[in-house]
Amino acid sequence: MGQVVLVTGVSRYLGGRMAKLLTDDPNIDRVIGVDVVPPRADIGRAEFVRADIRNPIISKVINAADVDTVVHMGVIATPVQAGGRVAMKEINVIGTMQLLAACQKAPSIQRLVVKSTSSVYGAGPRDPAMFSEDVEPRHSPSTGWAKDSAEVEAYVRGFARRRPDVTVTTLRFANFIGPQVQTPMTSYFSLPLVPVVAGYDARLQFIHEDDGLDVLYRTTIADYPGLFNVAGEGIIALSQAIRLAGRVALPLLPPVVGVAGRAMISAGLADFSPEQVRFLTYGRGIDTTRMVEELGFRPEYSTREAFESFVEARDLNRVLSPDRVEAAEETLGSLLTRGGSRA
Amino acid sequence: MPEARIIPIAGNEPSAQGGVTPLRGGTEHTPKDAPRLKAGGGSARTKPRAKRPEPEAEAEVESPAESFAPLPGSDYEQPDWDERVARGLRFLRRRVTGDYEIDDFGFDPELTDKVLMEPFRPLYEKWFRVETRGLENVPDTGGALVVANHSGTVAIDSVMTQVALLDHHPARRHLRMLGADLVFQTPFVGEYARKSGSTLASSSDAQALLTGGELVGVWPEGFKGVGKPYSERYKLQRFGRGGFVAAALHARVPIIPTAIVGAEEIYPMLGDARTLARLLGLPYFPLTPTFPWLGPLGMIPLPSKWIIMFGEPIHTEDFPEGSEEDPMLVFNLTDQVRETIQQQLYRVLVQRRSIFF
Repeated sequence: MGQVVLVTGVSRYLGGRMAKLLTDDPNIDRVIGVDVVPPRADIGRAEFVRADIRNPIISKVINAADVDTVVHMGVIATPVQAGGRVAMKEINVIGTMQLLAACQKAPSIQRLVVKSTSSVYGAGPRDPAMFSEDVEPRHSPSTGWAKDSAEVEAYVRGFARRRPDVTVTTLRFANFIGPQVQTPMTSYFSLPLVPVVAGYDARLQFIHEDDGLDVLYRTTIADYPGLFNVAGEGIIALSQAIRLAGRVALPLLPPVVGVAGRAMISAGLADFSPEQVRFLTYGRGIDTTRMVEELGFRPEYSTREAFESFVEARDLNRVLSPDRVEAAEETLGSLLTRGGSRA
Repeated sequence: MPEARIIPIAGNEPSAQGGVTPLRGGTEHTPKDAPRLKAGGGSARTKPRAKRPEPEAEAEVESPAESFAPLPGSDYEQPDWDERVARGLRFLRRRVTGDYEIDDFGFDPELTDKVLMEPFRPLYEKWFRVETRGLENVPDTGGALVVANHSGTVAIDSVMTQVALLDHHPARRHLRMLGADLVFQTPFVGEYARKSGSTLASSSDAQALLTGGELVGVWPEGFKGVGKPYSERYKLQRFGRGGFVAAALHARVPIIPTAIVGAEEIYPMLGDARTLARLLGLPYFPLTPTFPWLGPLGMIPLPSKWIIMFGEPIHTEDFPEGSEEDPMLVFNLTDQVRETIQQQLYRVLVQRRSIFF
């Protein structure tokens, strides 16, 4: 008998692709996608159940289909997606609680995979350069997605304790990036003038969408118990990323950042929540040794390659494109050297 | 104030092997003892204090270590103008398009060599006329921990040590420094520190750098050393909790006790405006003969003569596995390092002719 997999958050880009990926696997009998809205993209042979995971219906779905693997990708990152912070928190935290309660009662469940985020580590000046999975956050996130994710992880730990027979995998992803995925970071880097906090240059890590799905897929079809950081190799600085994207940085002084951030959120331009501002100020690095050694996974794209794939695919109208800069270099070079030979 | 008053204690024993003798035998050697530096192994280098390595024939090949800008204090002929322009523009193009690498700690080697160190080179060569001793004690490759005294109200001593090792060590080594969290909290300073290779003084970062074969620098006195009054010059303050020794033991790399003489006199700190410091969130607010009375002019450091002495390495390879878990050993070794630096300081001080020459 093959696997029966339930995927939450299936109507969003990554959830949809995950469901499709799973339906292509002959060892998986059924894929059930759950979300509050119907999927817009193709989810392959996957069956869609329109259900709110905040609702006990989820328990009936799990029992009726004899689900053995649950992939929880239903934690959402921005209030815009949910229609307000209150609804967002409810979907993220209460939804996870309901889902886990249903899983705990279902004897068929054997595996749980949770898509979490490296933002649970917070960001601040007392952070080590690289967070390994065992390091406690020095600046625990107090708002937003990061806080929700930290709470979700706490409930998942509780579940793992109560159901020791279930293999629980928690994946702390660096920011997803790539040709298709839409995240607060992709809209941030699509701004023509990219606001940054003056005097700081955050260290960033990215995971390419294909690599991220690959990890989720691997942990869905085999047992990899534990907590894993997932990120592409290497680090890029925020200033460097802005240059790679051909954008121009707009340094703002810290008092202005808060005001500008609120204005941008209300204008729907980009997520500039306090948590995001902290991240864009101090940055963060996560150590992926465990991912390489225990999951045996090496991402195909490094952080920089993943970012470049995003830049190329979006065809951002680059203010400072490499061609223009090279042309300027040649012009300047010929000017200066002619001047030099005349002297 | 006459400074020759300071009398060295036990001045004739150079290596000060007092406190702890490394436990010999009984333990297997680590497989990686290749980069271990033997005492006096500097014979490969005949002139350890040569002003600057000879310019490497200025070939067309572009190597990141090579600096396109004219190097201060050098009197060799400038490379061809066209070539320099082309190289400078190539560098600018790479910077503008983001085509460069930084490491996990945010260190940007190219920017450090060519831009960030530039303002400090004239300061190093012309203003403080820094003299280095014992550079051969710093290994050419592999991890090592440079431990030095901290002083001078503003922590330029660390940057000068960095310049010394980058420009004057035969292997042109980058010194990766460990800084307090306040450094990374401060705008611009934190950004500068990360880009020039510093990271937070935490055991995980120190171990990652040391096991990665980097040359790491620590100033265990921290703000207690930089912000001490002038009357306490060249008296080492308390040495933290010995975390740096544990990191060196864990990574089995040598500890290089280093004495920096001259930094104490750049901004003689006569007083500390505590209330103002607390208001500004600073560990201290210095009052020197010139600052803040002369405004920005008061920020010009006095041109004292500097000597940086890298002492004989204290080897950690022979300690048994897991020694970093032995607090008594760590404390003793910390004391040994502290004593060694203090004696080196006294030795260099009596040799120095005057504060300014």
